[in-house]
Amino acid sequence: MLTEEPRSTASSSPRGRAPHSPEHPPPPRPAPPAPPRLTAADRAALLRFMVEMRTFEERGVALYKQGRTPGSFYDGHGQEAISVGAAFALGPDDVICSPLIRDLGAHLVRGTDLAQIIRHHLGRDNALSRGREGNVHFGDVDRGVIGMVSMLPDMMVVAVGLAMAFRMRRERRVALTFFGDGATSPGAWHEAMNVAGLRREPVILLCENNGLAYSTPTERQFAVGPAERAKAYGMPGVVVDGNDVEAVFAATHAARERALAGDGPTLIEARTMRMHGHGSHDDARYVDPAVFAAWRERDPIATYEARLRAEGTDVDALRAGVLERLEAAVQAALAAPLPDPATATDGVFADGPGRTLGRGDAPWSGHAGPEAGR
Amino acid sequence: MTYLQAITDGLREAMRADERVFVLGEDVGAFGGAFKATEGLYDEFGADRVQDFPIAESAIVGTAVGAAIAGLRPVAEVQFADFVACGFDQLVNVAGKMHWRTGLAVPMVLRLPSGGGFAGGPYHSQNPEAWFMHAPGLKVLAPSTPEDAKGMLMAAIADENPVCFLEHKHLYRRVKGAVPLGDHRTPFTARVAREGAELTIVAYGAMVHAALQAADAFEPGRVEVLDLRALVPLDEEAILASVRRTSKVLIVDEANETCAAGAQVAALVADRAFSDLDGPVRRVATPDAPVPFSPGLEQAVLPTPDRIAEAARELLAY
Ligand SMILES: Cc1ncc(C[n+]2csc(CCOP(=O)(O)OP(=O)(O)O)c2C)c(N)n1
Repeated sequence: MLTEEPRSTASSSPRGRAPHSPEHPPPPRPAPPAPPRLTAADRAALLRFMVEMRTFEERGVALYKQGRTPGSFYDGHGQEAISVGAAFALGPDDVICSPLIRDLGAHLVRGTDLAQIIRHHLGRDNALSRGREGNVHFGDVDRGVIGMVSMLPDMMVVAVGLAMAFRMRRERRVALTFFGDGATSPGAWHEAMNVAGLRREPVILLCENNGLAYSTPTERQFAVGPAERAKAYGMPGVVVDGNDVEAVFAATHAARERALAGDGPTLIEARTMRMHGHGSHDDARYVDPAVFAAWRERDPIATYEARLRAEGTDVDALRAGVLERLEAAVQAALAAPLPDPATATDGVFADGPGRTLGRGDAPWSGHAGPEAGR
Repeated sequence: MTYLQAITDGLREAMRADERVFVLGEDVGAFGGAFKATEGLYDEFGADRVQDFPIAESAIVGTAVGAAIAGLRPVAEVQFADFVACGFDQLVNVAGKMHWRTGLAVPMVLRLPSGGGFAGGPYHSQNPEAWFMHAPGLKVLAPSTPEDAKGMLMAAIADENPVCFLEHKHLYRRVKGAVPLGDHRTPFTARVAREGAELTIVAYGAMVHAALQAADAFEPGRVEVLDLRALVPLDEEAILASVRRTSKVLIVDEANETCAAGAQVAALVADRAFSDLDGPVRRVATPDAPVPFSPGLEQAVLPTPDRIAEAARELLAY
């Protein structure tokens, strides 16, 4: 018994499919499909979500400085391409568990209501958190998005568990999880990587490597980078330019195809830069201004905007539309009441079946393509 | 059947009745688990439903949470309850808070072989129930008989919440009893294990048996033994009703004394039944030291029937 191979559990036979190990590799797969084609409308949508994220967060910082936001405010300036590009590659039944501090774009792509998000930030009554959590701690279960807990990277393990359930039920869906370079140090990261690779779970593990964990540079965080480590856990580690929204989209799309084909997880390491401190309270004096200046040249929105403008997209109209929607959402949020204090201790225990994970928006126009006929 | 066989039987019945139920943990597959609680399940249900996991308690607890919120009903085994500390963060910060945060139910069970009395030493003898009681959102069960072990396990699997199921290693093969066949569920309420009129001994898990032995030292009808069965939810009404009947209470804990489950019972009695008492609220528990290995040393710290009887004698005479 002790020499028995580990069994994979994805199969139609109750005993699991044939064991796999380095000596018994799975049969080779056909070549990966060609990268997905984005239409002009897809590109405009990618730009719009990124602009929406930054515009919203700039407004959020302002609301915080006006003293209207309790607690603190965190944003993802400079990292918009990652959460937008990755979430855009998902199908409606896929689950995001969980977006982190710099991933507002994922919520926007999934279709979560902006006014609800602002109400959440302001501590007003809202459907996402009911005032129980603040700032970046929210999800939208109705849209298949589960919010983060502070302990990094605890939700990565949960994402692996979701993927495990999808595989066991033979559903065509994947789980996507985000984490920073700093989150690759705790034990939970290694446990999640090991189990995901060992069991070939359909999960996409997206590392946002901005070179900093709070103030600690990666040189003082780890000896071996995340993508290199991925191989040791039995999965590909793919490095992409985290400031290129289409590169993130393509890498996530390929990882999703791989997961759906039964080939297991992919770690994507998106290299980027956090263009300010960890949160509104942090002036980031530990970063050399020259580093910021160099990365500003590579701003994910400015570069993509210039490209789309040259291709004929009406960027000004796109931006005006974003501002208009944001303003309406802010006004609606400011008019909302605070939550009823009597509700603070409700629902510690479930007294019946809980809510179920809903479907999120999948705005990529090509989505029906690879899905069709399967 | 034995307490251990009752657990296996409960698992088997739950897995037969509901295909969403699956088992995961270290060595739980073909090997049948370190204590053989999952013996035979792999042969009947296969690798999909009886999953051997690597030594990774965060992953065991956390993936169980993920599978539970996706609609499955995982039953995870932590090989020894002591090792739950390695996955504690997932339990407290992820599992316990999930429903309150998101409205998602987390129908999972964590089976925790706990307790001392067999020279397990400081890393294989702990009673971690109070850790869980202090974290909102976790139910905490500790059956003392084979019938309850099956009935409460099946009820825990059907529950929509994360449940810490403390099964006592010392009882696995020592305690035998009749167990109903098929689907059997026991409510999470206390049970009068022996009736008495002059003193209530409150206990749970293995300490119920120690308390019953201690009660044997007195004339029948004097000492009542209340088996809590569930620590969260705590059956406050049953505790208060018994104490009001007898007017004296002795609380026994195998866990370390400070902030143990029994401390919560003591606080409850002091708060809500003070005027019904004819004596102080007394406790017998393990002192605040790790459980030592050597048999003499171990017996020096764990509550024994003698020690319980001595405290009972003092209280009865008060
Ligand atoms: C387990 C744990 N320890 C400490 C913290 C406090 N903390 C919050 S964010 C952070 C830095 C995270 O770094 P990274 O994930 O790289 O994100 P970045 O801030 O660089 O975007 C720390 C230390 C935490 N959230 N979780």
